[in-house]
Amino acid sequence: MSDTPGEYDSDVEAAIRENHPALITYITAGDPSLEDTKEYVEALDRGGSDLIELGLPFSEPIAEGQTIQAAINRALEAGTTPEGFFELVDDLETEAPLLVMTYYNMILQYGDEPDVRPFVERAAEAGLSGIIVPDLPAEEADPLRDACDDHGLDLVFIIAPTTEGQRLDDIMSQVSGFAYVQARLGTTGARANVSTATHDSLARLSEYDVPKAVGFGVSEGDHAAEIVEAGADGVIVGSALVDIVASSDETAEAVERLEAKAAELKDGARRGADSITVDAEDAPEPEQQ
Amino acid sequence: MSTHEHASETDDERRDGTFGDYGGQYVPEALMPALQELEDAYQRYVLENEDGFMDEFRERMRDFGGRPTPLQRADRLSERYDREIYLKREDLVHGGAHKLNNALGQVLLAKYMGKERVIAETGAGQHGTATAMAAAHLDMPCEIYMGRTDINRQRPNVYRMRMNGAEVNPVEAGSGTLKEAINETMRDWATTVERTHYVIGSVVGPHPFPKLVRDFQSVIGEEAREQVQEKAGRLPDTVVACAGGGSNTMGTFHAFVPDEGSAEPRSADDSSGDEPREHVDLVAVEAGGSSLEIDEDEGLAPNSATLSTGTDGVLHGAMTKLLQQSDGQIVESHSVSAGLDYAGVGPELSHLVESGRVTPTSVDDEAALNGFHRLSNLEGIIPALESSHALGYLEEHTDELGDLVVVNVSGRGDKDLETVLEETEKRDLEAAPDVEVFDA
Repeated sequence: MSDTPGEYDSDVEAAIRENHPALITYITAGDPSLEDTKEYVEALDRGGSDLIELGLPFSEPIAEGQTIQAAINRALEAGTTPEGFFELVDDLETEAPLLVMTYYNMILQYGDEPDVRPFVERAAEAGLSGIIVPDLPAEEADPLRDACDDHGLDLVFIIAPTTEGQRLDDIMSQVSGFAYVQARLGTTGARANVSTATHDSLARLSEYDVPKAVGFGVSEGDHAAEIVEAGADGVIVGSALVDIVASSDETAEAVERLEAKAAELKDGARRGADSITVDAEDAPEPEQQ
Repeated sequence: MSTHEHASETDDERRDGTFGDYGGQYVPEALMPALQELEDAYQRYVLENEDGFMDEFRERMRDFGGRPTPLQRADRLSERYDREIYLKREDLVHGGAHKLNNALGQVLLAKYMGKERVIAETGAGQHGTATAMAAAHLDMPCEIYMGRTDINRQRPNVYRMRMNGAEVNPVEAGSGTLKEAINETMRDWATTVERTHYVIGSVVGPHPFPKLVRDFQSVIGEEAREQVQEKAGRLPDTVVACAGGGSNTMGTFHAFVPDEGSAEPRSADDSSGDEPREHVDLVAVEAGGSSLEIDEDEGLAPNSATLSTGTDGVLHGAMTKLLQQSDGQIVESHSVSAGLDYAGVGPELSHLVESGRVTPTSVDDEAALNGFHRLSNLEGIIPALESSHALGYLEEHTDELGDLVVVNVSGRGDKDLETVLEETEKRDLEAAPDVEVFDA
């Protein structure tokens, strides 16, 4: 956090603006164990992640597709608790700022009675920079936003393909850190191609001067390139990384593959940015209006 | 149905979709515009009867659904308990349960809204069946999500849904019951929201579903209130309904909620039976299963007594009472009745319990099975296992009942016969018939 003119309002916004185009990676904490998660997060950091989202597992993940749902089940079966999660974050030293992604009930229940503040206090103490809550629309977010403001955390809102008109204006005016642009309707999960809805969404959001990162379905370096070329400031990748964790025979193999995948995605994002620059150089002079 | 004839919108029931501390809209952002669209449709069609929506709904409920259902005096139960027991016969609604009231209302609303497809979740299969029937009746494509465990224990209902042209999608996750089916239906909805309406099966979920479902179901209590005054000349002392998610409960109670009277506790020697009472006790009977404890290590509750034992939290779009572990993970509930087997409950019921207007209680699996056999044997009515919990309450808590009692029989029990036979064989039930004759 800095109030110095010319600098950004938060670590999260700075991570995206200064590393443009940014790579944001997600992994489920505790899948298959918190010890392994520590190594995976460090691998993602080395591979070029500019922000890392850590999933705190909740038993009813209604916004997740099969890949992340299965990871959450593995993490819960391994006994992952909120306190275990925070102890992992206490131990992590990454260049990339860390965000927690979890469902609202997990935030409410941390502490002795339903209240968002104990969770936010503990998150700040552990060094987390922000919170993403898939089942918390802006309308219900005041208590959590107030607590986050008090502790210097960003509360990231998701912009869906269905978010339009006044609603879009209202949410964009409250964006903290970055706008999480949902590339397509539905749940999380790696897809074979970039949705046309992504291009429509980014076009619709172009007039808002806030960092925009696109997630839901991104799995390849080429997707990252296409998304950045379409105007995103960052790409968010989750299920493709969780797939690597699930399909690796041992921790060392997963670590190696995660680092390589992060590098591929970051490289793809850079290519997308470069092609914009090249296009701009090649483009004919705009006619005077 | 005049939605607010007896109970108009109270201060507690605010326009933002909350009931006291409960309710709200805790859903992924993609669904928020659809909830707004549904709220507008609810206001226009249900509350303001635009385009004659409510007239058409009432007519279809009469001709297709078989309403009004009778309020029947249960002579032998009245004799057994030495008080007047009346049964509201929702088991006689087309399809065999109160579920059609809501399913028909929502599928019709989906048509008025121009949606191309409806989806629904189901536990016992009654809501899935009702939705499939309503969809066939109104020529609307329909898909139902149902947990694998429930599919295995409710096969006749699965077949009925298929016969009515609905697709039934098995849900393999978790314990394969209602909670998992709701998660999966929400995922479908989040993918197809622009053309799909989600017919939620109970007074649960994000605003405006709890109000919408309650209003479609409130016909139960409105009819019962009129019928009991006609037959007995006064309001009942006690109204009893079973509670899982709470749709038959809220449907039965809604018209009686304003009948709070002086709220003086009834004494044992109260002899004012002939006088019209101004206060109606509302009792919600939950599934006590085999125990009211939660096993934190295993994440299991051998019950689904959410109102009686749950704690406040957010599940499936609303702040309400839940069966959860201290760290916020939702536990797997249990009941011998698949239709009550849910770790949450409607937010309005949570509020009515919190404010003291509704009394939550529970009876265990055995009391429900006895209730099932007793009504079958004494009155010639085979009740759903859900309703059997309300009937088990009459037997176990007779002293807590007033002189004039209305019990909602939310559905018929044909669907439960396999379960009842299996569970009865495991126990020595006082009210069960001797079936050994079949073993030869």
